[in-house]
Amino acid sequence: MITTYLFYLLAFLSIMFGLMVVFAKNPVHSVLYLVITFFTIAGQYVLLNAQFLAAVHIIVYAGAIMVLFLFVIMLLNLNKETEPHKSLWLKLSATIASGLLLVVLVGSLKNAGTIPHPANFNTNIGLIENLGKTLFNDFLLPFEVSSILLLAAMVGAVMLGKKSIK
Amino acid sequence: MTLGFLIYKIIFVLIIFAITLLVATYSTYAERKIAAFLQDRIGPDRAGPFGILQPLADAVKMFMKEEMIPSVSNRMLFIIGPGVCMLTACMTGVVIPWGPAMNIGGKVYPLQITDLNIGVLYLFGVVSLGVYGIMIGGWASNNKFSLLGAIRASSQMISYEVAMGISIIALVMTTGTLSLGQIAADQPGMHWNVFIQPLGFLIFIICAFAETNRAPFDLPECETELVGGYHTEYSSMKLGFFLFAEYINMFISSAVISTFYFGGYNMPFIARFVHDPNWLAVLGFVFLFTKISFFIFVFMWVRWTLPRFRYDQLMNLGWKILIPLSILNLLITGGWMMRSEILHFFIK
Amino acid sequence: MQALTNRSKVVAKKEMTFIEKLYLPAIFSGMIITFKHFFRRKPTIKYPEQIRPFSGVYRGQHVLKRDENGAERCTACGLCAVACPAEAITMISAERKPGEENLYREEKYAATYEINMLRCIFCGDCEDACPKEAIFLTERKVDSLYTRNELIFGKDILVESRENPIDLSKRQTPQVKEFKHHKEFAHNVVFEKKK
Repeated sequence: MITTYLFYLLAFLSIMFGLMVVFAKNPVHSVLYLVITFFTIAGQYVLLNAQFLAAVHIIVYAGAIMVLFLFVIMLLNLNKETEPHKSLWLKLSATIASGLLLVVLVGSLKNAGTIPHPANFNTNIGLIENLGKTLFNDFLLPFEVSSILLLAAMVGAVMLGKKSIK
Repeated sequence: MTLGFLIYKIIFVLIIFAITLLVATYSTYAERKIAAFLQDRIGPDRAGPFGILQPLADAVKMFMKEEMIPSVSNRMLFIIGPGVCMLTACMTGVVIPWGPAMNIGGKVYPLQITDLNIGVLYLFGVVSLGVYGIMIGGWASNNKFSLLGAIRASSQMISYEVAMGISIIALVMTTGTLSLGQIAADQPGMHWNVFIQPLGFLIFIICAFAETNRAPFDLPECETELVGGYHTEYSSMKLGFFLFAEYINMFISSAVISTFYFGGYNMPFIARFVHDPNWLAVLGFVFLFTKISFFIFVFMWVRWTLPRFRYDQLMNLGWKILIPLSILNLLITGGWMMRSEILHFFIK
Repeated sequence: MQALTNRSKVVAKKEMTFIEKLYLPAIFSGMIITFKHFFRRKPTIKYPEQIRPFSGVYRGQHVLKRDENGAERCTACGLCAVACPAEAITMISAERKPGEENLYREEKYAATYEINMLRCIFCGDCEDACPKEAIFLTERKVDSLYTRNELIFGKDILVESRENPIDLSKRQTPQVKEFKHHKEFAHNVVFEKKK
């Protein structure tokens, strides 16, 4: 019963702060609202009994990626005055593009597999033991491939960071 | 969960909170005294006998000072900054096991606020959020020194979090659990993790120094270059919050180091003399605090011994030495754990 | 470059050994050094309770002495003002009127006598120069005051009171008295001779 109310509260908060991200004039405020949004989503994970996912979500997104975002934005010194005026065509194309993205998302979600009934849903699936077993047994290859992706990104970063390559 | 248990939890949370604040308060006094003694001075000795009331005087001073908010600052974030710093500092104490469970009237009362099954990750997550307070405060001050301090703090914390995380992973591999209560309980007597993970401990403690922004890694508030770093513009109790958060972080880091690597509340040979679990719990609490005090002393001892790093040296140490070392530690740990399989593979 | 003295040391910048590169031994030895200092005796003197003993000839605030009858010894000859390297002393002389014999020792006296304590360097030359044993420096410290004018001490502060005369037996020993009689030992005179 409490979880239902908590779900609605968190859902409301995440949508509200998600909108604030878009509508905030100051980019630093946007980033901070986004951090709060991540927190509310982590709260949703906890409600789903997936503490591991919640913790990793906080560590990776709020703790690392958003800090880097904040880092870059603080250095850019973005002001309302220096912001270039967007033309009408740009705004129109942005609206159409994001609208198309929405359509694609809705379409793909509509045809996604049926959600199991809450009664026979395994609530312990999000715990770290079960998650680890699933990842390293059923999805070992995709898991390792994704690590190669990260390695490639790291090598690329090192290459870019080098001043001169002999 | 009965009502009595809930009340117990609330009281326990309040006690831990009070102890945290008290220890942090007296850490400021201890820091000044230890600094003085290491430099052949006496230190504060005017307020009360041996200056024991000095923290009180400091607190009164902090509260009485004029509070200034720069007119060009972002007022809201300027106030939130130190608050976030303090919040994240206080949040970490939740998962630390302060002693073995007590048994009163047939009911078990654990001396831990909550034993999360992802305790280590929770700790790590909260620590990684600690940088927000500094960044928000530094940016909102609208001062170049504050901003530079904030940026230094965040890049330093991100860099050292990686090595810290990898050293924790090696530890978690040996313990096989992410719950701090379990980690502490798995180190009875002298079976401390520091003997299993000496390299991991070294990396962890270095990273702990960097994460708490303590010397020799106190680059963010490096006064020779950056005036006061991220708290240049702060005054009164908001400055007090920033300074206080540092001491709370130091206390919690000491507690975490004790729990992870030095057996937490365990002490060798104690089980032979004391059999009553309640007395064991009380003694465990005392032992843990002895260990914590020792590590707080080490924090201060290092601060008044080692000179500050240069910024490029800091980054070199973090990325080029500590991360490879921690990965090596991880590989060695993994290899040791899989030794029978590896031997089997080669012998066959 | 040719070495001028044999005191210069050649700095050897050797490649560090592996142990040195680890830095840990150096860090630990440094920490042991600071730890030893932890137990060392502290040389601090807790000032208001403990006062460091002064030398008998400490040169502090000046005093204008009275003679055994309570009359001021100073005759406003101005030798102290001449001797003063900081030019801190000024005075105005006046003639003693009949009936003031118990106030002033000789016919001439200082109507005003001022020492600027901000200029004074406490060298003690005034004491050496005085032919009447009137001015002495004492063990007393000069108070900290708020304004510059307050620190120009007049006769009201400098002249000792009749009730509690200031004891000068430590600095005005018979040997010192004997020494002062030979004026050629005074360093300004020696300085003149050298020129």
